[in-house]
Amino acid sequence: MKKSLKEFATGFNSLVTGMRITLGQFFKPTVTVHYPHESLKMPERFRGHIELVRDPETGKAVCFACKLCERACPSDCITVEGAKLDGAKKKSVTHYVLDFTKCSLCGSCVEACRDGAIRYSHEYNLASTNKEDYIMDLFKRLESERLQDESVGQASAPAGLPGVPPGVSPPADPPKANQPATPGAQPPAAPK
Amino acid sequence: MIQSIWHFILSLWPEPLRLVLFVVGIMSFVGLNAAYLVWVERKGAARFQRRPGPTEVGWAGLLQPIADAAKLMSKQLIVPAGVDRTLFRIAPLLMMSPALMSLAIIPFGEHLAARSINVGLLMIFAFGSINVMAIMLGGWSSRNKYAIISAARVVSQNVAYEIPMLLVVITMIMVTGTMNLSEIVLQQAGGFWHWNIFRVWVNPLAPVTFLIFYTCMLAETNRAPFDMAEAESELVAGAYTEYSGMGFGVFFMAEYANILLGCALATVLFLGGWQSPIGILPGVFWFLVKMYFLIFSVVWIRWTFPRTQFYGLLNLSWKILIPVSLFTLILSSAMMKLIHA
Repeated sequence: MKKSLKEFATGFNSLVTGMRITLGQFFKPTVTVHYPHESLKMPERFRGHIELVRDPETGKAVCFACKLCERACPSDCITVEGAKLDGAKKKSVTHYVLDFTKCSLCGSCVEACRDGAIRYSHEYNLASTNKEDYIMDLFKRLESERLQDESVGQASAPAGLPGVPPGVSPPADPPKANQPATPGAQPPAAPK
Repeated sequence: MIQSIWHFILSLWPEPLRLVLFVVGIMSFVGLNAAYLVWVERKGAARFQRRPGPTEVGWAGLLQPIADAAKLMSKQLIVPAGVDRTLFRIAPLLMMSPALMSLAIIPFGEHLAARSINVGLLMIFAFGSINVMAIMLGGWSSRNKYAIISAARVVSQNVAYEIPMLLVVITMIMVTGTMNLSEIVLQQAGGFWHWNIFRVWVNPLAPVTFLIFYTCMLAETNRAPFDMAEAESELVAGAYTEYSGMGFGVFFMAEYANILLGCALATVLFLGGWQSPIGILPGVFWFLVKMYFLIFSVVWIRWTFPRTQFYGLLNLSWKILIPVSLFTLILSSAMMKLIHA
């Protein structure tokens, strides 16, 4: 009798405690990200699809079409073409297509690249209903980026941000996701 | 001008008009509440889990119930093969109509009750037991194993919880001496310490009585943590598995209509109905405040406690609630006989 009464009392007490805790949570702010309207910033070491790196001084691609990445790719999804421009010492890339439908994000291409000419993008809002959207012409993206930068700010663009070149941003994507993550940046609402 | 026309109509045709007004009023009250309690439930669930909940349809998701209803109504009404069609179609109606009928005698305000019957409580509990049959019919006529398991559970659960509920209500009837809901409310006039929940000089365990009533109400309306009828993680959707479109929608609305009725009844029986605790503002306001607080608690409890095991459910009823409610019954009758004779 005494034991069951005690059990009843502790049980009831635990119910009240539970109710108090949930009510406490009720009045706290929400922790979720409202996805289509806002999306998380990916951390610095996020491994998305690859993108070409721009030389901060010239604003052009670092890549000189050595094709090591093309050879390293196990699923054969990278196609690189290069040409020697007039008066240049090295070749420079003229065509760089990533077939993302085949890519398994293994990262062998980035490992194979000796000059740091490709890196992982922080882009992850990649859903589409059109297969062609996944045949990514990375060189075209880089060039349009460069032309945009040149038309916007002639002075500040090429040498502006030495360490953090702007990420590849297709125009239709939500604004927050494709900004480059600064080191140490936290996602906007991380649950504790 | 309008007033005089109004009076003319009233004098010409008073009783039928009153009836029509109350029928329309109660139907729309239940309909709106059933729709918007779904919104409250979803918003509340989200807030308890620190999410924003529905936000896309209308401001703060306020048009969500309309979108849900439109979706449900556009679905095909499937009657599975080999099913008893009549029973299958009747079951949702049988679940909805008792709640609607019982609301006719709930006094929302001093003069705001469709009917004031002196056997009001009896009527509510008579209609309340139809619910069990409705879920059982729905589950049994669906010809689906999950639905039948659910139906069997519902019967044993509701029988088990009807007993302590009725014992508690008998205690209250003894204390108040009437089954008329308006009179029960009138007895609780003047300050919140006159409410039945604090009437400890007649029934020393009155707050416990209220808790038992509330627990049984949760179990009778098949709400978490006693939602054995639906138990979506074990039984798909329980008795409602085979229902589609508005057939399911009516079951869903009936669940909220029954919660509404249960909370309204708890308000009338224990929390002083439309009596104001401090003497300001009209009675209807206070009635709704109390009722919606109880409904909020239903949501609050749902998102706090996990579903009980079936044995735990029956143990709670037969080993704790029934002995305690019997004890309160005997205790308050002894108090009435010996002290308040």
